[in-house]
Amino acid sequence: MATIPADGVRSTLAKKKGGFFRRPEDAPVDLREETLRLEAEGEWIVQRVAEPYVELPTKYGGKKKVPLEHTWHHKSCGQCGHIPGYSTSIFWLHRALELDYSDPKDQTSCTAWNYYASATSNAAAQAGVAMRNFAAAYESGYYPVIHCGTSFGHYKEVREEMVHHKELRDQVRAIMKRLGKPLVMPEEIVHYSEWVYAVRGLIAERRVYDVSNISVTVHPACHYYKLVDEDAIYDPEIYGGQRTAIVSGVAQALGAQVKDYSTWFDCCGFGFRHILVQRDFTRSFATLRKMEVMRDEANPDVTLTHDTGCVTTLDKSQFAAQGHDHKVSIPVMSEAQFAALAMGAHPYKVCQLHWHSTDYRPLLTKMGIDWEKAWAEFEEEIESLRRGEKEYLTWDDVDAAVPARSVALAKRGYTPSRFDGQS
Amino acid sequence: MAKYFDSSPSKIKYDDVPYEKKEELFQQVKSDIRFDDYLYGCYECGICVAACPSARFYDFSPRRIAQALAREDVELVFQQMNEDVWDCSQCFSCLRCPRGNNPGGLITIMREVSINNGLRTAKEALEGYSRIIYKIMSTGTQVSPDMLQPEAFPDWGPEVKQVSDNLDLWRRALPPETMHTTTTSWEVDEKTIVELYLIWSMTGVMDLIRNVDKNLHMILTDVMEERLEEAGYEAN
Ligand code: SF4
Ligand code: SF4
Repeated sequence: MATIPADGVRSTLAKKKGGFFRRPEDAPVDLREETLRLEAEGEWIVQRVAEPYVELPTKYGGKKKVPLEHTWHHKSCGQCGHIPGYSTSIFWLHRALELDYSDPKDQTSCTAWNYYASATSNAAAQAGVAMRNFAAAYESGYYPVIHCGTSFGHYKEVREEMVHHKELRDQVRAIMKRLGKPLVMPEEIVHYSEWVYAVRGLIAERRVYDVSNISVTVHPACHYYKLVDEDAIYDPEIYGGQRTAIVSGVAQALGAQVKDYSTWFDCCGFGFRHILVQRDFTRSFATLRKMEVMRDEANPDVTLTHDTGCVTTLDKSQFAAQGHDHKVSIPVMSEAQFAALAMGAHPYKVCQLHWHSTDYRPLLTKMGIDWEKAWAEFEEEIESLRRGEKEYLTWDDVDAAVPARSVALAKRGYTPSRFDGQS
Repeated sequence: MAKYFDSSPSKIKYDDVPYEKKEELFQQVKSDIRFDDYLYGCYECGICVAACPSARFYDFSPRRIAQALAREDVELVFQQMNEDVWDCSQCFSCLRCPRGNNPGGLITIMREVSINNGLRTAKEALEGYSRIIYKIMSTGTQVSPDMLQPEAFPDWGPEVKQVSDNLDLWRRALPPETMHTTTTSWEVDEKTIVELYLIWSMTGVMDLIRNVDKNLHMILTDVMEERLEEAGYEAN
């Protein structure tokens, strides 16, 4: 299947009686307005998105403010724990684009992976964890940007519950008081992939590898666009606004061929508890409903997604399937890693692809990246760590690859409603 | 006590309890603050089932969950709390429901009530899972790098062994300074951990853990009390 052309979708929809366009008046209650109302009533503080920000289109035709810099990075357990090139690439993109960020130590997990797996928590505890992290971001003066799709979706659930239930707000306010922290709700709950989407023009401009011969399939993450769906990014220019634009828009901006497949709406099979204690389900679902369908219908060079569990599940499930004669081998990574690679980031020192399972080397070769040379360079670094010549690989060791283009945001074409990075 | 059986007659699935107890469990589900936002009736259209990954691989249906709760079928809800809820993938694809229901969210609540009441099937569902709960509750991050052991993840391919063999060096080869850790996913400072412990103890999560896993509760309490005391707090 080829890429869905937005014009084609629009003309098909126009022929249907009544069309399929979402109307702003059908949107659910705007939780952001409610959040501001509660601030006016003295219930909590709302942390505003400060400039520079970009306004992106949302599902029902609204706008969402996405901050470009001075962001507080709410990291993800699974990304940092076992696909660390995911988090590293997000940070590297900020460094490469010279956009200020903070990588805090006063952040805990949202704990929602455990909650959705085992239910060993409750609404008040989950809200307490979320609001403690939000308070920490507020105190730092940086704006929270959330790396994990599940944290993002869960925090939006928490916001909804906090807005609708005074007794929950009172309970959590008492907890925050004991911690010596204010009760703070961010104006927008922002996922890192929204930031990547917002700066896709800048990323494309700094691309050093031609990816026009690379075909990609996109797995949109369930907890990004199914949980509290109204402020997910939908762009009329991508899939005719019928599907979240978020990762596809970045791949298209980079010039890759985005290919479609019929089970795009299916989840990856992660299952939260299943990936840990019922992996037969996870492996089977990921292989039969996702990777083999992509292979048969699109035959992509890589699958891109934007959440921890999806990268893990789709990547790790293919090994066992191969053992059962399922001939599927499609590398899986985040769009942040793919964008970083296209911008010249080191495949091992930055993108840390050696933590991935499915063979990514044919993709690197097709992109024109000499992975053998890159691996030798990484091994050299490892040897110097082993010999005690240095304790850690640092940003100084990898930033050299960043093309130096220190141009103020305003000169790069920044306004809140437009930021394509064309300077 | 009557037992329910599945297709393999030797396999006891769950213990029966008096109707009053089932009614009490149902009322606990219904009184959760989220319940009214998650259930508005059911058209029986099956859209949720069509979108549901677990329905493809298990004898499981989000439609049955929504219907049982909407009809207040106390017996069936009890059966589902024991037999069905742990099959759900919590993906929330069922939020496609045209009635505005959230079957996945209803399942979250049903699971929570099962745990709170220490149902045997809930304890069984958590078997093999305690170390994950211990990790997240005690360190503030889940599935740390040192949990990637080849014995635990043989189906994830040979890279797991390479990661595990080179863990310390490969973690030190990560540019972000927060990520040089091996026992946690990133470095969480001491004050933040103590704040997390206070949240667990102030919201009744520790009581809930006691109901399903006494050993885990004991170990967690030891760890938490010591650090809370050092920071000048009492656990409760
Ligand atoms: S949340 Fe559960 S019930 Fe809903 S679609 Fe996912 S697996 Fe099915
Ligand atoms: S989609 Fe909603 S209305 Fe339809 S069967 Fe499922 S719960 Fe009922």
